[in-house]
Amino acid sequence: MVGIIGKKLGMTSIYNEAGDNIPCTVIQAGPCIVTQLKNKDGKDGYNAVQLSYGERRLKSTNKPMTGHFKNANTTPKDFVAEFKNLRRYKGVENLKLGDELDISIFNVAEWVDVTGISKGKGFQGVVKRHGFHGVGGQTHGQHNRGRAPGSIGAASYPSRVFKGMRMGGRMGGDKVKVFNLIIAKLDFDNNLIYLNGAVPGAKGSYIIIEK
Amino acid sequence: MNQLVKDIQRKSLRTDLPKFQAGDTIVVNYKIIEGNKERVQPFQGIVLQRRNELEVETITVRKISGGIGIERIFPVNSPKIESIEVKKRGKVRRARIFYLRDLMGKKAKVKESRR
Repeated sequence: MVGIIGKKLGMTSIYNEAGDNIPCTVIQAGPCIVTQLKNKDGKDGYNAVQLSYGERRLKSTNKPMTGHFKNANTTPKDFVAEFKNLRRYKGVENLKLGDELDISIFNVAEWVDVTGISKGKGFQGVVKRHGFHGVGGQTHGQHNRGRAPGSIGAASYPSRVFKGMRMGGRMGGDKVKVFNLIIAKLDFDNNLIYLNGAVPGAKGSYIIIEK
Repeated sequence: MNQLVKDIQRKSLRTDLPKFQAGDTIVVNYKIIEGNKERVQPFQGIVLQRRNELEVETITVRKISGGIGIERIFPVNSPKIESIEVKKRGKVRRARIFYLRDLMGKKAKVKESRR
């Protein structure tokens, strides 16, 4: 997959030539620095390119990573991601350590997949977390259990709760991938990508865009 | 919204529209595409509110048609808006005059200001 790392800026809407209003997520992406190359016939055993994006202070970078970025002749970066078989795509076959990759790899109206870390929701019940329907009413002796999960299994057989039983718990903060978003607009001067639709994650969080 | 995106949007906003605010009576000439024909449909009413900013800004326009209140929401910067004419300047004390929805007949009028 050929891709790039970006930062989610927020949502807005733009108008296309027909005058239709298109809801868009704005992502500031690239230029990303190539910080490592992995080769099939090298010690890694597979083909991949590691890209880095976002500035990080030298003070808050640990020593192994400082050296890693120094090898690529660049400043410390905040986010690192690996793209398998990226060099199969046209125009990026001969990437070298320290090279830059920007949004010119994309075209308008192309389909892309976007990966991000979803917003953390904290401890949530089964209605929000798993889409249970709750009790469905307030009458028939329900008292205060309108959003309770109900039974979690039978009694003497099997005498246990099955693994993977859906219950309340921590929700959000997961890696989420959204497929087939359409690129509505590219702003090469400011390195901005406008994607039609919503993208997982909070504003300012790092996002991986692949095609 | 991010400041950088705001600055970019500010440059591409429509500048051909007149100034108006809540309480004003305006005509929105809105382009409608039927099949492959295009025509302009005017919608005259009182502006209830202007909402959001820059490229996503919308206006809510209310009119009484056959005794029934009709509200339409238009995106201000849409290319589908051919033009906006201001018919009357209204004198109102707030930016969002939703109280107009509860008033009927003569009371549902906005005083004209001499701006």
